[in-house]
Amino acid sequence: MSQPSLSEALRGVVRRDLLLAMRRRSDVAMSVFFVVIVASLFPLGVGPEQAVLRMIASGVLWVTALLACLLSLGRLFTADYLDGVLEQTLLIPQPLAVLVVGKMFSHWVISGLPVVLLSPLLGLQFGLSGESLWVLTLSLLLGTPTLSMIGAIGAALTLGLRGSGLLVALLVLPLFIPVLIFGAGAVTSSLAGIGSEANLSLLGACFMLSLAFAPWATAVALRIALE
Amino acid sequence: MQWGSLAEFVAMGGYGLYVWISFGATALCMGGEVFVVWRRSAAAASRNEL
Amino acid sequence: MSTTGTNWFKYSSPQAFHPLAGRLIPWFAAAALGLSGIGLYMGFFVAPTDATQGDAYRIIFVHVPAAWMSMFLYVIMAVWAGIGLGLNARPSFMMAQAIAPTGALFTFLALLTGSMWGKPTWGAWWVWDARLTSELILLFQYIGIILLRSSIDDLRRADRASAVLALVGVINVPIIYFSVRWWNTLHQGASVSITAAPSMAGTMVTAMLIMTLAFWMYSFAVTLARMRCVIVERERQPSWGKPAAIPDVAEAR
Repeated sequence: MSQPSLSEALRGVVRRDLLLAMRRRSDVAMSVFFVVIVASLFPLGVGPEQAVLRMIASGVLWVTALLACLLSLGRLFTADYLDGVLEQTLLIPQPLAVLVVGKMFSHWVISGLPVVLLSPLLGLQFGLSGESLWVLTLSLLLGTPTLSMIGAIGAALTLGLRGSGLLVALLVLPLFIPVLIFGAGAVTSSLAGIGSEANLSLLGACFMLSLAFAPWATAVALRIALE
Repeated sequence: MQWGSLAEFVAMGGYGLYVWISFGATALCMGGEVFVVWRRSAAAASRNEL
Repeated sequence: MSTTGTNWFKYSSPQAFHPLAGRLIPWFAAAALGLSGIGLYMGFFVAPTDATQGDAYRIIFVHVPAAWMSMFLYVIMAVWAGIGLGLNARPSFMMAQAIAPTGALFTFLALLTGSMWGKPTWGAWWVWDARLTSELILLFQYIGIILLRSSIDDLRRADRASAVLALVGVINVPIIYFSVRWWNTLHQGASVSITAAPSMAGTMVTAMLIMTLAFWMYSFAVTLARMRCVIVERERQPSWGKPAAIPDVAEAR
């Protein structure tokens, strides 16, 4: 059998993860329902007044997306670690960082993309409309993959540790904060009429920076966790 | 010397509370850290004698 | 091995580093105390009262040194972490381990004293501007590094995982530093720079720099002391107690 090429290996990783997720559709559903329920808690708690909801919309929806990513990070490597597939993945003669990108991508498709697709509806629920709705979706589209990438570093560092759920949150939330600030800030500035370009560009920069460094850092962390 | 009296020095032009909490907390924390490290060193040394 | 001059590499062994650190600590401690004495004297009795802020500004004599140290120490910790990962050198990891708590302490002090300064001058205990937020994030990062290390039982994995975390987080330090330049923040801009003349009165700057140096010396002393603890805790070996008459032990020292 000939050596699989890099793109074949990458596609293999992504296809396997998506296939597993499809077979257990509850994973995708869980992310979706979590976001919907949590986002609905705020109008129930704060009161239905449109002006207030519009003010808190960007923050609430962004924090909800952030929490959804955080809670699903446990799924990123743990299952593979427990059944030995992760060790095999480390042995594949392809750069681990690239394979990690595959895992990050499938994680995003399963837990981040549904949030992005849902966001216009949730935004309407909070009284957003027009441009700010569009900015919300765009910011989440740029931001959720970034969160998946940064979160993967934390997931890899805490692989197999007891109490890792809480620890991952503590490690990863400080790194999430800039993404949250720029993402929510984009929507807020759009609502204020200032224009969201600055925040969106910074968000894009975060995405690029994560893409450049996070896969490599995650790969290093995986090797450390598994040796 | 620019302070007329001890009372003036302590008052710090009305900002005494903030100034002295800052310096006090700094001294306390740094002193505390020295103490903690000293205790740790003693514990490590005594455990090592065994 | 050269016969003239010291071979510095021998101090990269924990057994040799331990007594060396022990000899250095008193000097750093004395320097720290001496410089603080001078700095505090200058800060309280020589530096004049500020025209706009009154005497509240004197908090800078602990706030700025603490903030600078919080950033320096993080970078130095990250450098040792990087060296440890690159060279697979255990003592480098130990050094990073020794620095983290002191760095966290200074970050906490920077935030606390900053809050004390902010209340009389800005009217608020806390504002969510770029510099304060990123310094707060730095505190969380220090705590995360310490917690990660203590959550991992395997020493080698603990060393390397916290090293990776330290390196990943280093990007926050330039953000803290440049935040006052990049964003419109409430926090004042840089008053001291390497190239331009300082915008504060001479005695104020001098006192602040002396206090910074004092905090530096303190950090050296405490970090070396903690490093010695770490060495003893990890390297628990019978030869520690053995007298120097035994040639192996004497050579290591």
